[in-house]
This record gives sequence, structure tokens and C-alpha cells, in this order.
Amino acid sequence: MKFKTFFAFVAPSVFMMTLFIALPLVSVFIQSFQITQPVMQQLEVETCTPGFITQTCVTELKTVPIIGEDGKIQTTTQWVGLQSYRNVLQMDKVWEALSSGRLGDILQIDFWKALRFTLMFTLLTLPLVIGVGLLIALTVNNAARAFRGPVIFVSLLPFIVTPVIGALSIYWLFVGDGILTAMMERWSGTNISMFAQAWTIELLMYFYRVWHVAPFAFVIFYAGLQTVNMDTLESAVIDGASRWERLRHVIIPHLMPLIVFIALIHLMDCYRVFDEIIGFRSQAHVISLQWLTVDFLTPDDAGNRAIARASASAMLTMIGIVFLLILPLRRTWRDHKGGAH
Amino acid sequence: MMLKKLVLAGAISLMGTTAFAACSYENTTEIKMLSAGFEAWKAVADAMAECGNFQAELDQEFRTKQPSAFEANPALYHLGGVSNGTVTPLLNAETIRPLDDLVAKYGQNLSPNQLIRIDGKIMAVAMMVNTQHLMYREDILSDLGIETPTSWDEIYAAAAKIKEAGVVDHPLGATMKSGWNLAQEFVNMYPGFGGALFNDDNTTAVNSEAGLKALETMKAGMTFMDPEVLVSDSTYVQQQFQQGKIAMANLWASRAAAMNDEAESQVVGKVKMAGAPTAMEGGAPATTLWWDGIVVAANITDEEADAAFKLAMEGMDTEMVQANNDAAIWLIDGFTPGPLSEGAIATATANPAPPAYPSTTQMGLLHTALGNEIPAFLTGERDAAATLVAIDEAYTTAAKEAGVLK
Repeated sequence: MKFKTFFAFVAPSVFMMTLFIALPLVSVFIQSFQITQPVMQQLEVETCTPGFITQTCVTELKTVPIIGEDGKIQTTTQWVGLQSYRNVLQMDKVWEALSSGRLGDILQIDFWKALRFTLMFTLLTLPLVIGVGLLIALTVNNAARAFRGPVIFVSLLPFIVTPVIGALSIYWLFVGDGILTAMMERWSGTNISMFAQAWTIELLMYFYRVWHVAPFAFVIFYAGLQTVNMDTLESAVIDGASRWERLRHVIIPHLMPLIVFIALIHLMDCYRVFDEIIGFRSQAHVISLQWLTVDFLTPDDAGNRAIARASASAMLTMIGIVFLLILPLRRTWRDHKGGAH
Repeated sequence: MMLKKLVLAGAISLMGTTAFAACSYENTTEIKMLSAGFEAWKAVADAMAECGNFQAELDQEFRTKQPSAFEANPALYHLGGVSNGTVTPLLNAETIRPLDDLVAKYGQNLSPNQLIRIDGKIMAVAMMVNTQHLMYREDILSDLGIETPTSWDEIYAAAAKIKEAGVVDHPLGATMKSGWNLAQEFVNMYPGFGGALFNDDNTTAVNSEAGLKALETMKAGMTFMDPEVLVSDSTYVQQQFQQGKIAMANLWASRAAAMNDEAESQVVGKVKMAGAPTAMEGGAPATTLWWDGIVVAANITDEEADAAFKLAMEGMDTEMVQANNDAAIWLIDGFTPGPLSEGAIATATANPAPPAYPSTTQMGLLHTALGNEIPAFLTGERDAAATLVAIDEAYTTAAKEAGVLK
């Protein structure tokens, strides 16, 4: 392809990526080293608020921002180096916990608590998603042709559900005396509260994520299965290879690039786990890195937002994703180079 | 398709004919309002809509939208529904206008009590007060021979009896959803033990004896609550009441009317209201006082502000209050306190009186810190003393970042 044609095709995409991904990323990167705050002054203010019958007026010293000449709050921006990262990571507390041997204390710091869950969630669901996806794909591939259409349709359904809605549905099925909890209670004869402790919430989260994402893996694997070399398979049968050996030595090596591809996508998606936290209202027990960033960004009733810490937390999340992706990316790169000669 | 259009057209024309029925004038300026979505706001918004050309956005997430919507020029809404908790960012950024001239022009029916004055200028007009009050199942308590509790100790004693009798799933309900709701429970309990939230230099004072007591009292209640109480917000507690699953809760007064809503409630007429319980002998009820009211945007023309305020006065008139008497503890003329408001009025008029929720920048930061740090204490991961230290640290970090602490 001529460079000009190539350029014409990719230019819109490059433009969009720069505008919506690269530039915001640079801006977040810069903001993570800055703190922008309003200029505050202390004023004596008399505030009168209603009681039920008469008003109460109090005069107190209030800290309020100064309004500039343009009618907006005056702000100052300072370079603070790694201060926001320190605020998020709280390394001093981590060292203290390490040196005193109370490792559990580390998990009481929001960032590390979130990191623990995010990593565990990502790494535990990964093999499950690939395994379940492959299982469905093999089952469908071996099903009679007449059933395939309906089976594919049904298996794809979870993937169509909007993630937040899916998470909410699971929440409603299990919270309090939800239908499924009530059923489990009748069956076991004990009172079950799925949202009262961290481990049951996490279990539901793993279940939900695998249920939701496995169809994606299934579609990809199913497509891959259509291209397995039938000659190799047949000769394996003649050589007396069992079903398991054929899967292990013929089908899986053939699907390997797809497995890596799904792993890549899943790692990227899962590390940004967020919907489950909101849908399950699990903030008291389980939080994720992405939730932490959003929580910093959400204004409180007085309108304060911790933009600097949110930026730092977002950058840390990105660094985490890069670390996770190095392994599978190196493999793809090797395969890519291997395929070139 | 055709049929749908016809039905739609019919509905719209019907609305057109009845629209101005109950309004004393016809509003010709397009007015928009953003407010919370509970019963009282629905009533006010409906009354305002009767005058025409009015759009209300009733959204429980209004608090996160309002500051930027009012900062836009022209502002995205003319009117805002606020409370003493959420008016702070609008006051700080001066995106709402002083109402003195408009009150003089249209506010003949307002009582002085309704006018929220900041440094003498009227910045908002309150329509109702809100607070927590003790809601209890009168039938259950009288069956078990329990007197109406007036303090948290008595509530727990009553809860123990109710639990023993096994008449409901959980004796107590509470709005302990981690985050804002849970923080509010602490902000209620803590002043009840005589604690001050802040020192004079803007540092927080929660790391104190009263803080320890407040946390321990909150935790003591959890044995009588749904194990999943850390996900329950006001609506959830309201539903637990309506479905007869709980017997007592210290809940928002604005939720009282729902107990007698025959479409939703299985306990119509059985829930009674009493003043919010005290935390200690001789102390104020363990709650905070709130008001809800309207503000007018600064970034709109004077004509629009004029029309918006006139419309708001029409929505907040005696007629509306008489039609929705039980929806709130109205401050507006024409309100007759009924049995549903007994508890809230007892709370508000108690001596010593509970404090008003502070409208300050620091309070927002502290509220967030409380909401994020208390869950670890209630789940047992951390003891009370360490939790108070963590709250102090979280607040200090946030306050330094926000510029209120050096």
C-alpha cells in the first residue's frame, strides 16, 4: 500500500486517538504532579437558618474561597512533585506495617485494599473466562448442526446485557430476601446474607464477571475452531490420540494466538473493574482501583473534588495495566516476528 | 405507530387544557429547576408546573450536578432545590443571587423564619425542615409492653426484647450504606455525645472521647440490624418498614408519609413517630437539623430571575401545602402538624436543640472521610481508636489538597 493511501485510512483514527486518549492522558499525567486549590480567606459570617418556630442565627468564622474579578473562584496551581502519589500510596504506613510485621494493616489503606482485590479479581477470572469460553465453544462445535444457532444465541445473551444492569440484577437476586437468597435459605434452612461479608460479595463478583465475559471468549474460540486443520486432526485420530490428547496437542496450540488475544483484552478490562462495585454497593467491604479514582473525582456536598489524587490514582492504574500486559504482549511480539520469516 | 401518535397527541392536548387550572397566572418565561427527588419536591414541582412553561429535573444525584450547572453562563437551570448541606458550593462560587428585592416583590406570604440570611442578605427561601426522628411500630412496642424509647440505650433495650420475641426479621433499621449515608449516621450520633466536629484552626476534632462513644454506639446497634445494613440507604430502610421487616429506625422525617402509603405499605397506621433519641443523659437529640429550599441562579437575566421567583412562590404557596400536608414538615403558612410530624417537631424543638448540619467546605471533606473510613470499623477490620486516627488523617490530606488547611 502506498504511504499516502495508508495515511488517508489511518489518519482519522490517529486523530481521534490523539484527541480522546493521548491528550487527556498527558493532561492527567501533568495534573498528577500539580495541586490546584482555591484561594481561601477566613470571614466572619452570620448565618440564619430556620428552626421549627423561630430562626437561629449564628456568627462564626468561615473559610470561604475568594471570588476573582471574572466572577469565578480564584485558584492557584502548584507543582507538588510526587505529593499526590504519596497521598494515595501512603508508603510510610506500608513500611511501618512491614517493619512491625502486621501485614494486615496494609490492606486498610484504600489503595492497597483496592489493589489486592483488583489483582485477585483480574487473575482469578482470567483462567475461568478462557476455560469456560473454550468449554462452550467445544460443546457448540460438537453439537448437532440444528442446535447450534439457538445454543450460540443463548450463550451470547449475557454479553449483550449492559454491565451495570447485569450487576444490579445479580444484586437484586441476592440482596436481603431476594429470590435466589430466599431459595437458598429454604434449601439450607439457615439465614443467608450474601452482602454482609466480603468473601461472599467477591464470590458473586467473580461469578458475575465470568458469566458476563465468557461468551466473548466463546465467540472468538468458536471462530478459531472452524479453522483447525482437519487433516492434522484426522491423522491424530489414526495415530490413536484420545480426545484429550487432540485438544492438548492440536486444538489448543492452534488457538494459542486467540487465547493470548483474549487474555490481553480481559486483563485490560478487568483491571478497570468498576461496575460490580457500584452495582453490588460493596464499598464497605470491597473496592477497586477504578472505583477509588472515581471516588476521588466525585464532588462532595461542598463541591470539593480531589483531582490531584484522582490523577495520581489513574496514572497508577495505568502503570498496573502496563505491567500486567508485558507478558502476553511479549509473546504476541515473538509470534509476530516468528511468523514473518 | 399511528395509534401511538394519536394517543400521545391526545394526552398532550389534555395536559394543555388542564395545565393552568390551579395556577393564579400564566407563566410565559421558560423556567427550569434542578432539585432532589423526594415527595416534597415532587409536590412543589407539580404545583409550579400548573402555571406552564416549567420543567423540573428531580434527581437524587442533583448534588453532584448543581455546582457546575449553575456555574455555566447562562446557568442551565433558573431554580435550584438545595439543603443546608448542598448550598455550600453555590454560596462559595457566588452562583446564586441575593433574593432581597424579589422577596420584597413577591414574598408577602413568606414568614421571616423561611428566609435564609447570610450576612443579612437573603440567599435562599426554605420551604421545609428535615431531621431524623424515631419511627417505631406502635403495635409491636405496646404488645411487648415497651415504653417509647427516648435514648439510644432504651432503643437497644427495646430492640433486645423485640429480638427475643422474634416478631420481626430485625428489630432495628439504619441508613448505614457506606459513604454519605453512614457518615451522616455518625454526624448525627457524634454531636449527641457533645462532640464538636472542628477545631478553630479547621482541623477536625472527631478524634475524641465523644468520637469513640459515637462509634461504639453505632456498632452496638448492629447486632439488632440486618447483617447487610452496610448497603442500606433511606429508601431501603423505608421499604423494610413498609414490608414489616423492622420495628424501629431513626430515619429522615421526609420518609414518614411513605409508611401510610397504601399502595406500598403493609403497615399503614401502625408506625408512629417520636423525637430522635438522645445519646447521653441531658444531651440534645442525636441528629442534625436540615432545611430544604430554593435558590435562584446568578447567571440568568433579571427578567428570568423575576419570573422564576414568582413561579417558585406559586409552587410554595398555602394551597400546595394543604394538598400535601403530610409530605414534609412545611415551614409555609397553612401547615397543620399531624401525627406524622410529631416526632420531627419534638426533635426540632427539643432543649437542648440538635445542631444544624454545617454548610461549610470542611464539612464536605469530613463527610467523605467519615463515609470512607467508618466501614472498616463496622466490619471489624479496625478498632475505634485507629478508625478515628484514620478519619483525622484522611480529612487532613483532603483539607490540605482543598486549601482549607495549610
